[in-house]
Amino acid sequence: MEQETASEVVVQPVDKAKINKIWKVALILAVVTALEFLVAFTLPHEYASLRVIIFVGMTIVKAFYIVAEFMHLAHETKTLIWSILIPCVFVIWLIAALLIQGGSIFSALYN
Amino acid sequence: MASSSVTLEGQGKSVWGGGMAPLNASYGKLMMWFFLLSDAFTFSALLIAYGLIRYSHPAYDGAIADFTFSQEYWPIPEMVFEAAPFLHGIHLPLVFVGIMTFILILSSVTMVLAVEAGHRMDKVAVEKWMLWTIIGGLTFLGCQAWEWGHFIAGTEEGGKMLDGSIFYGANLSQNQYGPKNFAALFFFITGFHGFHVFSGVMLNFIIFYQTVVGILEKRGHYEMVEKVGLYWHFVDLVWVFVFTFFYLV
Repeated sequence: MEQETASEVVVQPVDKAKINKIWKVALILAVVTALEFLVAFTLPHEYASLRVIIFVGMTIVKAFYIVAEFMHLAHETKTLIWSILIPCVFVIWLIAALLIQGGSIFSALYN
Repeated sequence: MASSSVTLEGQGKSVWGGGMAPLNASYGKLMMWFFLLSDAFTFSALLIAYGLIRYSHPAYDGAIADFTFSQEYWPIPEMVFEAAPFLHGIHLPLVFVGIMTFILILSSVTMVLAVEAGHRMDKVAVEKWMLWTIIGGLTFLGCQAWEWGHFIAGTEEGGKMLDGSIFYGANLSQNQYGPKNFAALFFFITGFHGFHVFSGVMLNFIIFYQTVVGILEKRGHYEMVEKVGLYWHFVDLVWVFVFTFFYLV
């Protein structure tokens, strides 16, 4: 039985280009994280909104590589890509709604 | 498990009538994607609630060097998370959490390599990379346990409460670092993420076991590795956002 399955299964050879692609994406993620640290310790806290914009931008870059390459979404059909991405507009709405709300609570409490 | 080989008698039917897998993905993978989408909403809600609560508290506006913990304003994260194991008393802002981030990214890489090995039906390589992924996950959980322990125990100086008393560490109702909600959100957000890591390690272990005993090889494909892989990458993805919005911003 064991010999039978062993003879049936054909192990394909390693595709070097694929492996290199994986490590390239890993390198990008590591470099972006390192850059985040660099910004965190070199850009003074006085530039609060610039820091936030840089951090959010770099996070989106990392999220793109994880979802597109590691989760393979970029290589799925267009319909699948959009059916995952379009519902995320609700998140954008929630960000806008709750940050405005947070500002209002702040001014009601402290102004 | 539904796989593309099940659709033989459906030839000639329309795409949505059973002729082939809709969206060119198996049922299991599709449902994993939609589960992850709903999970993304849960984590978004938690992180955006953090934003709401943070922006309804005053921010510290003095110089960083003079920063002290106070109940009056929201703490600066890098002044809270500045400890690392074995290096007691040394100010190392965000170093430990940075190491945790790299561990999780690396375990995501080993997971992709496991999926790739599965495509080639290479059982030994799947075992190897799944094991590395599990080790990465467990290491991350160990780091988080240390982080929680340190956060709960607090610093030697403690922090001044509104009534003038000194409180050490944190629980759900009060903490030395800042407003009550700061610690509560820390426990909820990193705790919910840590729970996802824990269940991810469990799922990875089940698939590792099924690989080792040959269940997946007998099935003829390693698609289960892909499905738990999707979940594992999602856990990494959430950490990227938690890291930014809880520790960096």
